[in-house]
Amino acid sequence: MPTLTINGRSMSVDAANDTPLLWAIREQLQMTGTKFGCGAGLCGACTVHVNGEAVRSCQTMVGDVAGKKITTIEGLAAKGDHPLQKAWVAEQVPQCGYCQSGQIMQAASLLAKNPNPTKEEVVAHMDGNLCRCMTYSRIQKAIMRAASEMRTASATSSERRPT
Amino acid sequence: MNKHIKNVTPETTDLSRRSFLVGTAATGLVLGYAGVPGIESASAAAPASFEPSVWYAISPDGLVTVTCGKADMGQHIASTMAQIVCEELGAKWSDMRVQLASNDPKFNDPVLGAQITGGSWSTMMNFEAMSRAGAAGRIALTEAAAAAMGLPPYFKDELVVRDSIVSHPKSKKQMSFAEIVKSGKATKTFTPDELKAIKLKTPDQYTMIGVSVPQLDIPSKTNGTAKYGIDVMLPGMAYGKVVTPPVRFGATVKSVDDSEAKKVPGFMKAVILDDKTGTTSGWVVAVANTYANARKAADALKIAYDGGPNAKLSSQSLLDEAKRLQGLEDSGQFFVKDGDPNAAFGTAAKVVEAEYTTSINIHAPLEPMNATAEFKGDILHIYSGNQFATRSGAIAAGAAGIDPKFVVMHQHWLGGGFGRRLDADMMIPAVQAAKAVGKPVKVIYSRENDMTMDFSRPLTYQKVKAGVDGDGKLVALSHDVVSAWPTARWGIPDFLTPSVDKKGPLDSFTVNGADFFYTVPNHYVRAIKNELAHNATPSGQLRSVAPGWTFWAVESMIDEIAAATGKDPAQFRISLLDGAGKNDGGAQRLRNTLLAAMGLSGYGTRPLPKGEGMGVACVSSQERATASWTACVAHVAVAPSGAVTVKKLTVATDVGTQVHPDNIRAQVEGAALWGLSLAMYEKATLKDGGIEQTNFDSYRPLRMSQMPEVAVAVIANGEKATGVGEPAVTVVAPAIGNAIFNASGARVRALPITAEAVKASMKA
Repeated sequence: MPTLTINGRSMSVDAANDTPLLWAIREQLQMTGTKFGCGAGLCGACTVHVNGEAVRSCQTMVGDVAGKKITTIEGLAAKGDHPLQKAWVAEQVPQCGYCQSGQIMQAASLLAKNPNPTKEEVVAHMDGNLCRCMTYSRIQKAIMRAASEMRTASATSSERRPT
Repeated sequence: MNKHIKNVTPETTDLSRRSFLVGTAATGLVLGYAGVPGIESASAAAPASFEPSVWYAISPDGLVTVTCGKADMGQHIASTMAQIVCEELGAKWSDMRVQLASNDPKFNDPVLGAQITGGSWSTMMNFEAMSRAGAAGRIALTEAAAAAMGLPPYFKDELVVRDSIVSHPKSKKQMSFAEIVKSGKATKTFTPDELKAIKLKTPDQYTMIGVSVPQLDIPSKTNGTAKYGIDVMLPGMAYGKVVTPPVRFGATVKSVDDSEAKKVPGFMKAVILDDKTGTTSGWVVAVANTYANARKAADALKIAYDGGPNAKLSSQSLLDEAKRLQGLEDSGQFFVKDGDPNAAFGTAAKVVEAEYTTSINIHAPLEPMNATAEFKGDILHIYSGNQFATRSGAIAAGAAGIDPKFVVMHQHWLGGGFGRRLDADMMIPAVQAAKAVGKPVKVIYSRENDMTMDFSRPLTYQKVKAGVDGDGKLVALSHDVVSAWPTARWGIPDFLTPSVDKKGPLDSFTVNGADFFYTVPNHYVRAIKNELAHNATPSGQLRSVAPGWTFWAVESMIDEIAAATGKDPAQFRISLLDGAGKNDGGAQRLRNTLLAAMGLSGYGTRPLPKGEGMGVACVSSQERATASWTACVAHVAVAPSGAVTVKKLTVATDVGTQVHPDNIRAQVEGAALWGLSLAMYEKATLKDGGIEQTNFDSYRPLRMSQMPEVAVAVIANGEKATGVGEPAVTVVAPAIGNAIFNASGARVRALPITAEAVKASMKA
């Protein structure tokens, strides 16, 4: 039985190595925030982080991620208060909401590396994530809001740092 | 008008025949409409076991939980219902909660008399009922508070209800809703007449309606906790993956060889569906202990099919048949028959004729179709997100061979609906698989199943002929609409419309919109059923339904007439929207909306660079009786190659009363982008009886990089609240087509618009 390190916890899953990570997360671990959309890496609804990189969990096999650090929407922030999650509420982004876990996880991998993305960088990074309700403009706004808040927070914390 | 909207006037709703009941139950104060079984006992004792039985309840901790009988697919209708209740109840928004109703008939729409969500109907048809429910609760709480505070009854007019507190400023006494509920004194029954006599707030008294409160469902949709049908987990549950035939409809299974599937660990059974409801044909379900194993087993099944009567059909053969039918004099039935266009064409100074087509389109909500079925005792429990619980429960019962009254539908958030979840096909494999293996079974379609077995927007063919007199006045228009009939498939007579030529009922969900608000003295609209397409590509209601194609034809043709007579297309529309006769009221609102869109876009105020153009369109979507007046100005750039860039969409919409301004903007923008996606990017095709597009690589809804600037103007003029989920879908394609003509002189008449078609028309 493969053991997965997921959201900081070590869990063994009763699944063959060639099982897509998506289904192990959803069924074995019963964490249903990660969604099934296309099964082919075309929509981004199943996006999770593996060692900080956004990957499509429907295209990632359980056997390939044993021992790696997996993060799902449930583990992005302990209280669901990642700056992106707060920005998603502030901008009232979701309509049906089904794609939004994947959108947030995809966006989080951008902001982790690029705290000040341009609109073009946001579009390029997010273009693989479909939103059938077409909430794209609010997704963009929320990413910009979160980026700005994260920069402010980090500037504030660095100012407070003793020199 | 259809029977299903005959009761749109609140005075004649079912509601008036029921009593409104307020009572203190074991778990708190419950409020709802009586006259249906269950409510009296529910209010006398603890609520029934599986669901509370009323519109909303206030618990002893003061939380107000509204039960929403509408499917919430992202339009935030549950939150909207809570907002309307909250306004009259006088509750604090942070005390409001929502839950989704079961299929119990007591949660039926007060106007429609069933549980169905579509047509952008929900707000307009529930506004009154939810307002009265809220107001009745406030009155009951106020009277109870007066008694508990020891105030004589005549003091009740001095009480103020605000933020979940009933206060008496003179005596400085106050009680919270929670305290009143705990006191157990809130008991009151309203007769239908008393309920009707309640004086509702006037718009100047609103403190909630018109405020963009935080949507109640949004936090759960940012942290993974919102539960969709696909997220249901039941003890001992198995999983099913459907295997669908290469032909969309009409195939049968000849044999199933499961010898390879049996080697897949956890495989249980391959179940051949026996679908007496006629919803599916030739489907098999592979059932296993996990979905991953069910997929493996499904792939390992060797199934032999008889392709059936549709196995050779293609999009071209459906279109050929449509043209043949249109050419027959006695085809179809009349939806509009004013004057005599054919006589008028004979004397017209100019006649313009054109054909317009739209392709097959797939709903493709991001949550693939799914349902979980569980037999418990006599009851069949269905867990799914569905837009038409009344019919889907009956289909599930049909699949199980039981009476529909033994089916309990557990509603979930819908991961997109767009009309797809009005259908009930997913119930059948779940029910029959659960029956076959004796366990609860969750069936999840693969994206490939979902795309190839969609109840699609049908391929449509429309022929429009217009006659203009010597003064350039539009005097005659005949409009033939040939398509599969999505609503006729339901087999519910109330959803069909009598034809004006008394040739039997027609499916008005194929021609709505063609009965526009322009004044045209001689006007025919003929609805022609394409039986071949109807059988080969069972169609469904796709966001905005008929107006998505009828306005493509009408609004393109109006532009073509303006061009043929040398008029500005916007001014020509304004001249046709004169409000004469039956168009009085609506025409003026549509004219004003068009003017608003023109103003916001800067239409005609400045010359545009070469290769750029603006086009207008205005629509009375959805139905004539339920219109939200919507206009669009599209600004495009057309390259010499024919490639079209949509630079900006400006959409104005008159919604009468806005409950939640921010949500209206979100809905209108989403709808407009759907319109763009259908106009430019989404196309499905039929070949050898099957849909060729299987996933998002070949069927391509709009992505972020394809999004233009969208400007939205909402007109709230105090008329009754109308719907916003769909109308803006319908106005975009013709606005873009007209803008392309304005930019390049190329006229496109087929959706989706391709660079090739634009280029070919430029040369011509």
